[in-house]
Amino acid sequence: MAEIRLQQLAHSYSRDPQGADDYALRELEHVWEQGGAYALLGPSGCGKSTLLNIISGLLSPSHGQVLFDGKVVNELSPQARNIAQVFQFPVVYDTMTVFDNLAFPLRNQGLDEARIASKVKEIAEVLELGNLLKKKARNLSADEKQKVSMGRGLVRDDVSAILFDEPLTVIDPHLKWKLRRKLKQIHEQFNITMIYVTHDQLEASTFADKIAVMYGGQIVQFGTPRELFERPRHTFVGYFIGSPGMNLIPVQVQPGGVGFAAIHLPLPLDLQERLAACSPTHLQVGIRPEFVQVWDAPFDEGFSARVVDVEDLGTYKILSLDLQGVPLKVRLGEDRTLPEGQAWISFPAQWLMLYADDVLLEARS
Amino acid sequence: MNKVPNNKAWWLVLPVFLLVAFSAVVPMMTVVNYSVQDIFDQSSRYFVGADWYRQVLLDPRLHDSLLRQFIYSACVLLIEIPLGIAIALTMPTKGRWSSLCLIVMAIPLLIPWNVVGTIWQIFGRADIGLLGASLNQLGINYNYAANTMDAWVTVLVMDVWHWTSLVALLCYSGLRAIPDVYYQAARIDRASAWAVFRHIQLPKMKSVLLIAVMLRFMDSFMIYTEPFVLTGGGPGNATTFLSQTLTQMAVGQFDLGPAAAFSLVYFLIILLVSWLFYTAMTHADKQ
Repeated sequence: MAEIRLQQLAHSYSRDPQGADDYALRELEHVWEQGGAYALLGPSGCGKSTLLNIISGLLSPSHGQVLFDGKVVNELSPQARNIAQVFQFPVVYDTMTVFDNLAFPLRNQGLDEARIASKVKEIAEVLELGNLLKKKARNLSADEKQKVSMGRGLVRDDVSAILFDEPLTVIDPHLKWKLRRKLKQIHEQFNITMIYVTHDQLEASTFADKIAVMYGGQIVQFGTPRELFERPRHTFVGYFIGSPGMNLIPVQVQPGGVGFAAIHLPLPLDLQERLAACSPTHLQVGIRPEFVQVWDAPFDEGFSARVVDVEDLGTYKILSLDLQGVPLKVRLGEDRTLPEGQAWISFPAQWLMLYADDVLLEARS
Repeated sequence: MNKVPNNKAWWLVLPVFLLVAFSAVVPMMTVVNYSVQDIFDQSSRYFVGADWYRQVLLDPRLHDSLLRQFIYSACVLLIEIPLGIAIALTMPTKGRWSSLCLIVMAIPLLIPWNVVGTIWQIFGRADIGLLGASLNQLGINYNYAANTMDAWVTVLVMDVWHWTSLVALLCYSGLRAIPDVYYQAARIDRASAWAVFRHIQLPKMKSVLLIAVMLRFMDSFMIYTEPFVLTGGGPGNATTFLSQTLTQMAVGQFDLGPAAAFSLVYFLIILLVSWLFYTAMTHADKQ
């Protein structure tokens, strides 16, 4: 059990990194608090696995420090850090039975057989492996094998943290949901810090209390699923989270606000000041498809947009609009009447985000 | 749906059938033919039934060389398999050194059998050979031409020198095929180096080890050229293995009937032992 702190951490796989592109991880500061359930979300190749392997000690960072409860552990092996890690593809010891597989980490710790038997039984029950305990691990199906690899991580209850590297990739969809619930239960039961790497936002938000979104070797936002949805701090978070992702529209600075084409969007005064102070190279406004307001009748402050396409996804509809040459997605409830040919929309000020060079520009509160 | 019986596809097997027939079945049948008849020339031949087999199976000379052969093959396997695994485990995995190691390991495999025999014959000579003379200089009385034990050790060391590389290279390829994640998981699970070997490396090497064991068994069981060049089967009959006994019988004494009978027995022994190895090593999978 430990608080994991990353200080000025960066990592490059090349021995002599030249520019920012040589870094798999750009310098980052982060704290994973003891007992939290966290997700590390991001696309393939964003550095999630690198970060995870640095935390577990399989990889030694080229810059910065990893601290467990305030103690620098850079040089310590995974054994010494007392970390459990579950990998993307199932790793089982072929020649051992399921029981021996689950008991293996405990035996290596030198626990007595009676303790081991009870711990293994407990975990096997949680993961529903009870009736497979006597089977040789090599004869299991892929998802049973993955459950065994997860079990080997979960069986040690004294660990500093358990790290999951996309553990449900090989699992059947209906089992995925069940296993995520199980992990959540185990987390609540044992109060162990868990970090869960995934590229699936649904997986991240069902498992974790707080999600760290990674992009280009950096953590671009760390927050609850709701914060990520409502106030994405980076255009990537807006685009990556939500389905469909956030509408991002390039805009120019105009007196009293910003605008594109013939549309003017007023901004509060302090935001105008901040914008004037930072002079970004590119400026965007973002609004989630869920938050675009659609009116049934022409509306004074609304804009008229052409309906290009409607997708009915069963529980909701996605409208593709053309707003003076700018494509826009809007998510409508199933019960709403569909506008025909033309739609009247408006952007509620509280959901309209302003991004200067991809970073959210906020009024000082 | 009605299936029209059409067995013309069997004709496609014909080329393979002919190839196997001429390369294996026909020559083998010639041997079978000799093994049940006493043939003097084309016009005078007598069917003798199982006589040659009986004679061969009761021949003490063959018993001796069969026993010698089994001991020899067992020694070869017991030395070369563990040694090959150990070498494969210590070989560097990356960089220039690994390429260099692979080349050095491959060199003995490229040398023809009789050349290997000649190399060791000279290398081991007590009067002028580097090995033999040095050993004698050190006060160790070594002479493979006179001492049974020395002859055995020399023949074994020669085989180990010639063929351990094969086992090592096969194991090396098996080891390289193990994904890194297994080693990472083992580190996370705090596995000792022995546990990593026992539970990850050895099981993952099993299929290549099976090939290594079979090849080394069959090859060593059929060994002929190297001991023939090195010791000529001596001193006495100490290093006369099965092939050599068989050759003496067939070519030296021209006893074609018993030699044919023994060839078949010899073939069946190799087949049987290989089958036993194979079943034993693959059986564990099926629980």
